[in-house]
Amino acid sequence: MTAGLRVQTLTHRYGKKLALDGVSFSVERGAFCALLGPNGAGKSTLFALMTRLFVPESGSISIDGISLHDNPRAALGKIGVVFQQPTLDLDLSVRRNLVYFAALHGLSGRDAGQRIDSALGRLGMAERAGEKVRALNGGHRRRMEIARALIHAPSVLLLDEPTVGLDAATRQAITGHVHDLAETSGLTVLWATHLVDEIRASDRLVIMHKGCVLADGTSAQIAGAAPLADRFLQMTAAGEVA
Amino acid sequence: MRGAVICLVAIIQREALRFVSQRGRFLAALVRPLVWLIVFAAGFRAALGLSIMPPYQTYITYEVYIVPGLCAMVLLFSGMQSSLSLVYDREMGSMRLLLTSPLPRWWLLFSKLIASTLISIVQVYAFLAIAALTGITFPAIGYVLVFPALLLGGLMLGALGLLLSSTISQLENFAGVMNFVIFPMFFLSTALYPLWKMAEASTILRDICAVNPFSHAVELVRFALYGELNAVALLWVLGAFAVFLAGSLWGYDPARGMIRRKA
Repeated sequence: MTAGLRVQTLTHRYGKKLALDGVSFSVERGAFCALLGPNGAGKSTLFALMTRLFVPESGSISIDGISLHDNPRAALGKIGVVFQQPTLDLDLSVRRNLVYFAALHGLSGRDAGQRIDSALGRLGMAERAGEKVRALNGGHRRRMEIARALIHAPSVLLLDEPTVGLDAATRQAITGHVHDLAETSGLTVLWATHLVDEIRASDRLVIMHKGCVLADGTSAQIAGAAPLADRFLQMTAAGEVA
Repeated sequence: MRGAVICLVAIIQREALRFVSQRGRFLAALVRPLVWLIVFAAGFRAALGLSIMPPYQTYITYEVYIVPGLCAMVLLFSGMQSSLSLVYDREMGSMRLLLTSPLPRWWLLFSKLIASTLISIVQVYAFLAIAALTGITFPAIGYVLVFPALLLGGLMLGALGLLLSSTISQLENFAGVMNFVIFPMFFLSTALYPLWKMAEASTILRDICAVNPFSHAVELVRFALYGELNAVALLWVLGAFAVFLAGSLWGYDPARGMIRRKA
């Protein structure tokens, strides 16, 4: 079966500093996979490579069976991305922001309008379409960015620490929304985080540390008898390979 | 192809909406050349006599001479402003959003260039309208023919801004661009003095002005305002545009450019 997302022996350096060292993992179609790692683990570098901000020194990435190296445009068309930093025009309305994004994917007119309505509806943001982004709170802005990432009906949704700066209730709500998306729509989700409470026991989990994959399995398997938080701290402190 | 056009239109709309919402930017873009025109040119009027030289058919006042240079100044500052906003966009992440579009990267960057150039042309026309109110007018055809000259000049300076933005790692470094790019480019050009006047001061300065692409953008605009084509200036502007664009595409190339140094 073709994986929703496959990363194979990915290596990348900034100058002499090794940021990723032979990272490999794959995520089944329709699965929610958490990418857990402390700051500096290489998560953001991995996201930059997966979104083709730059290309890796070696290794490969395929999105829904399409090689990002060989066919970057088709592969990018399959990805929806929510970046760690907000990427919204604060002085434009929610709808205007989404129309702009749809156009970056070649969508316009009625087709784009229907997709925008549908994406906003899914995230419970339909009533806010006419509001200026500046008027939205942090949680709504994040929801809007997730809605935006879904407009072009991607196969894979990449979220780079999307709950940074949000309060506990909002974090829980957004995490729940995205879990539901994976379950109900068959979307493959890669959710980068350093917060273990965003990960469910049944989630696929990849733990990264210092540019390497430390563990790869379900959250329950990796945690074993101990709480995941303890296990994670133990692993990253020791740098052990599971 | 349709998707590429949709994208171009959307990028232009976004730039236009951002511009409309930033009235201060528009005022600053207008005030800068107007200060030069009203204060600087008036002061130098008596000191600088200008002989008859193409495209002028008769003696002209200094105010008339510097208007094309001030039009190009609007393009220059706008190009650098755009470069600044690209660095800001990259730090804030919206540049990443643009670059994750499945459309070719060169098209995305070119669309950004077209959009920012069109915005700067609106500013130039506003400046020309105010200049006309002060009595500095050009032949009617000049106002039409200057559009392609402004477009090319704006694209060339915008491409320079794009190239610089790919090499500037932080917003704070932008002050350096002001000191090392904008001011030398403007002052070492034919915007304020003709080449022969520069030669009176120093032949080295004259030679620097003669190879400064900004001088050629100024001359392209100057001749166009009188309904004439300066072919040499056109070739210089096109050549510089090609070089700056190639450099900026290299800078934003995910496999090779400067951008890979900054995750």
